[in-house]
Amino acid sequence: MADKADPKTTSSGNRPALALHVPEPTSRPGDPVDFSSLDIGEAGAQPRPDESADPGDMKDFAYGLVRVLGEDNKAHGPWDPKLDPDTLRTMLGHMAMVRAFDERMFRGQRQGKTSFYMKCTGEEATSVAASMALASDDMVFPSYRQQGILIVRGYPLIEMINQIYSNKGDKLKGRQLPIMYSSREHSFFSISGNLATQTPQAVGWAMASAIKGDSRIAATWVGEGSTAEGDFHSACTFATVYNAPVILNVINNQWAISSFSGFAGAERTTFAARALGYGMAGLRVDGNDALACYAAQQWAANRARANHGPTLIEYFTYRAEGHSTSDDPTGYRSAQEREEWPLGDPVMRLKNHLIEIGEWDEERQEKMDLEAAEQVKATTKEAEKNGILGHGMHHPFHTMFEDVFEELPWHLKEQAAQARRERKVKWPDSHPMDGAGK
Amino acid sequence: MSAQTKDLPAAKGDTERRINMIEAINEALDIMLERDPDVIIMGEDVGYFGGVFRCTAGLQEKHGKTRVFDTPISECGIIGVAVGMGAYGLRPVPEIQFADYIYPGLDQLVSEAARLRYRSATEYIAPLTVRSPFGGGIFGGQTHSQSPESMFTHVAGLKTVIPSTPYDAKGLLISCIEDNDPVIFFEPKRIYNGPFTGYYDKPVEPWKKHESSIVPEGYYSIPLGKARKVREGEALTILAYGTMVHVAEAVAREKGIDADILDLRTLVPLDIEAIEASVEKTGRCLIVHEATRTSGFGSELSALVTERCFYHLEAPVERVTGFDTPYPHSLEWAYFPGPVRIGEAIDKLLSE
Repeated sequence: MADKADPKTTSSGNRPALALHVPEPTSRPGDPVDFSSLDIGEAGAQPRPDESADPGDMKDFAYGLVRVLGEDNKAHGPWDPKLDPDTLRTMLGHMAMVRAFDERMFRGQRQGKTSFYMKCTGEEATSVAASMALASDDMVFPSYRQQGILIVRGYPLIEMINQIYSNKGDKLKGRQLPIMYSSREHSFFSISGNLATQTPQAVGWAMASAIKGDSRIAATWVGEGSTAEGDFHSACTFATVYNAPVILNVINNQWAISSFSGFAGAERTTFAARALGYGMAGLRVDGNDALACYAAQQWAANRARANHGPTLIEYFTYRAEGHSTSDDPTGYRSAQEREEWPLGDPVMRLKNHLIEIGEWDEERQEKMDLEAAEQVKATTKEAEKNGILGHGMHHPFHTMFEDVFEELPWHLKEQAAQARRERKVKWPDSHPMDGAGK
Repeated sequence: MSAQTKDLPAAKGDTERRINMIEAINEALDIMLERDPDVIIMGEDVGYFGGVFRCTAGLQEKHGKTRVFDTPISECGIIGVAVGMGAYGLRPVPEIQFADYIYPGLDQLVSEAARLRYRSATEYIAPLTVRSPFGGGIFGGQTHSQSPESMFTHVAGLKTVIPSTPYDAKGLLISCIEDNDPVIFFEPKRIYNGPFTGYYDKPVEPWKKHESSIVPEGYYSIPLGKARKVREGEALTILAYGTMVHVAEAVAREKGIDADILDLRTLVPLDIEAIEASVEKTGRCLIVHEATRTSGFGSELSALVTERCFYHLEAPVERVTGFDTPYPHSLEWAYFPGPVRIGEAIDKLLSE
């Protein structure tokens, strides 16, 4: 038989012609959006299972939505983590800082100070609130939109900006694309940029922690789009096979660049339901509800720490901005989606909750936003003293060859010598220790 | 200690104890598990059963289930998990059951393990040693015979090591495990039990008749990046590694050629000084590998020799390799770069 059937000669008998389904989002630019088919449930309606629950008894949690903050801005139900007002204000402050930072860095890229930036607008709770539920020495294996974790863990803003500018203050020696941070001191793994590779690594770290009888757990973050990678399935398999103390956080922000979540399977099932096939606990959470994010992460952390095994958490949220500074979402999705997103904005919702319980007001919010913006602005100016991308190389030539291996082998020594010879031709006035001249 | 050891004559002290390559690898793993509590071994069938080639026999029983354990059939998972373990501070020694199956783990090796030290500016390292049986000559067909070393030598940040004797296998593997960089350790499975010479129609000699099977019982290491002089000679240089060291040596002996034979042992970092010294002495260079020809590691060797030793060369550099086809099952001995192909190349080199 020929590889390609000729419809004129192929005998199909009574068999119907097959049809390929190519997923299509419900709206495109200019279209009205309709989220009425989304079943978001009621805040407080979900029960909270025991942290040692059998995954087989948790099937409903993979399809429902854990929500705490209601339309009335009050916290509802058994998932309410009952955080004290100071902690809630700290959480709100971190989220406001992330937003201010994103604004400034996005603008910095547009001003030509760096090559690239990625905002997490609308998803702040999934990193800020979730990581606040972990111990500060629990190891995190983030993807590229979890700057909130670094803010929570007190990583200095100037280090983040130095990295984004690849300047001479950049501890990563200007080697990584902006926002691909790394901080061992903050138990924050080096961000790859290759998608989902961090998921089996997190499982491996957690397995190592269990092998050593440690008490620290691991958590990883991955976008819904990249759950389609084999790495993610390997991670789920190893996590359950070895009952690893790990949390797999899937940020379902609906869009993977221009591909809607349907291309990762969302038309058929939820991402939390991926857990069921592995026999893993799965939770589906309102990702724009900071209290629900905190509560789910806390549940999973307690479960992992007590040797009850891994948890997959799907955070149902919305990527309010483009994928990155290189992306223009008006080319593929309706602008109305952001406005009409039924789960609202995570910062607004937490703010309104604090106001509702009498622990916050608009004036303080305004002051906090202003202070965050000013702090970022001042830190940016400070970081710019270390240089911005493209204005000099900021790092000596030899750093290009260092750390490929622990020791420099002969072939890299020879190539480093060539780079030095080229420097004399390309930048004859440069100082030997500079990367390049002006 | 693996079961095979029992079949061998009783050792009369280190200098006379003879073991095969499987036992040598098993000993290296055993010693490193003993010496370093951060060493762990994992892979398909490596635990209770001790590996399909028996390289990990007895290790789980001796060192426990959390030090030596079986894994799901997921090379991506095995390598990915090992990278995470390395970040924790362990020193994982994952086994990929056949080199032919390493490709699902390639992204984790190429994009993650190899670059972690660089991209994190030394905050994190990936001190893995990925062991994997490779090479053909065992009627393994196209999925149990490949020699994919040049895919790894091409990657910045990976070391590639290939032993050719029990003595080297043990000492090199110990060095690989102690090394803080990710290492691919390819084990030529055709010579696990004896030094195959390429004469497929003749009986294979067991390792115990070969002096490089005399292996000290305890710890020793062989530095990476140092080639081994197999034979001193004047007529031509032969650069080889793994199984092909023994094939090349046998052909030279058979033909009565005074060859200077180098077993490279480590492809990255390469012992360029030993190569230069040999080629400058002989003026003729033959490169032998079992892997496919185009973009094989022989291409790199040929380029290096030509660039660095051109004015010492009396003849163009010759390569003897596998053909650029999948490894055929029934035509294995037509494919294998054996005595005829090597002999023809030697004749050509010496006639120029």
